[in-house]
Amino acid sequence: MILIIHEMISYSFINRALLVGTLVSLCAALLGVSLVLKRYSNIGDGLAHVGFGITTIAVAFGLAPLPIAIPSVIVIAIILLKIGNNHRIKSDSAIAIISSTSLALGVAVTSLTTGLNTDVCNAMFGSGGILAMSNSDVILSILVSIIVLMLFIVYYRKLFAVTFDEDFSKAIGLKTQRYTNLIAILTAVVIVIGMRLMGTLLISSIIIFPALTSMRLFKTFKSVVISSGIVSVICFWIGMFLSYVYGISTGATIVLVNLVVFLLFTVLEKTVK
Amino acid sequence: MELIKIENLSFGYSNSEEILKKINLVIEEGEFVCIVGENGSGKSTLIKCILGLNKVEDGTIKIQSRIGYLPQITDIQNNFPASIEEIVRSGTIPNNIKSILYSKEDKKKTKEIMEKLELYNLRKKCFYELSGGQKQRVLIARALCSTDKIIILDEPVNGLDPKIAVEIYELLKKLNEENNLTIVMISHDVHRVKKYASRIVEIENGRIIKDLPATEYKCGGEG
Repeated sequence: MILIIHEMISYSFINRALLVGTLVSLCAALLGVSLVLKRYSNIGDGLAHVGFGITTIAVAFGLAPLPIAIPSVIVIAIILLKIGNNHRIKSDSAIAIISSTSLALGVAVTSLTTGLNTDVCNAMFGSGGILAMSNSDVILSILVSIIVLMLFIVYYRKLFAVTFDEDFSKAIGLKTQRYTNLIAILTAVVIVIGMRLMGTLLISSIIIFPALTSMRLFKTFKSVVISSGIVSVICFWIGMFLSYVYGISTGATIVLVNLVVFLLFTVLEKTVK
Repeated sequence: MELIKIENLSFGYSNSEEILKKINLVIEEGEFVCIVGENGSGKSTLIKCILGLNKVEDGTIKIQSRIGYLPQITDIQNNFPASIEEIVRSGTIPNNIKSILYSKEDKKKTKEIMEKLELYNLRKKCFYELSGGQKQRVLIARALCSTDKIIILDEPVNGLDPKIAVEIYELLKKLNEENNLTIVMISHDVHRVKKYASRIVEIENGRIIKDLPATEYKCGGEG
């Protein structure tokens, strides 16, 4: 096994994938705790589809996808979180509409240009994308991930307060809308970057799984956050390793590893009780 | 001192008729005010206006102090992984809002308040594992971390059994008398609350129809 790991890290493209993937997994898991608790689990999926649609359009016009996809997905994320559950169109239906429209748009654009080839397949299910990232994309991904982590730490107290009790937080003078927007922006950014790794259809699982897994065993916010980060990164490493050894699609492997760990925690929870 | 002064407050959500109509209400320091009324009479809307959760356009509300708030417990909170300590401590955030970490004073204050409300030994416990009465005590403790002047409670004993409800009322009465904490509470439970409150305000269809010292207030059916 050590030999295989040694062989893996001798490829520079795998090194990059490991670095970007570790950071993205960590960010996704941290944000996931808030999103799952606020019942926004589906937003990740919706935003990934938007990201897919925009990426295909950018590619069709010969533009770099990341700098275009990040801001557009941020805008959609803010709109979706703002709709919340107060509006006449509920947020889950809004997510469904935006998500299928974007997917349709993406597929339509690809059919008109390159056709549904392996690139599109990679964009949907992951794997190829991250291994073929350009240097500037790698640097952008790393920078953005570090900013996400820093903002999460800086606003940790307030994100907890707002997630646990929005009305109380508003009454004591926190600008709750600002923190909801912050979560939306960070989520959008992580999704666009993570899509390369996991694929459009699978990215939302690395947001949701670690938080749900951790909540099986841990019962304070801090322990859930820390555990989610650790679970996410370890699942990513195991997933990358298995995917390399057995030649399975990276995104799919990572999701399945997450599922196994989730089941493991569930069994542990039952035995602890 | 007048802690809250409401003048000519009217309020309605967009596209619906007015829920509050020309409300005038003054809350003095040290009072224990109970707001009663039927469902849909406008009680909750009124406190949401006071707390700034509803944007007031018609009328004025003057507030002299930061207000601690006890919302009703939501479905989300009943599944939320959070320790008592984490929740109570979050009440101190406005004391130094810019900071990243909780300060020493915040931690000291959290400890004092948890001790006072007999929560300190439970501090590592998870919120959703607590009993209904303990949950309310946690939310009272959190509110006290953000202010020692006035707290507003939205039906704190909803769904609690009567014995526990009385314990909560007694705790509030104690805080009111010993710490001069002003209390504004929405309640359905007028019969029992009368004994503890100093003043009862009754709202019907968005208007204040009674505003009396608790000793003079007669419940429906008492003549």
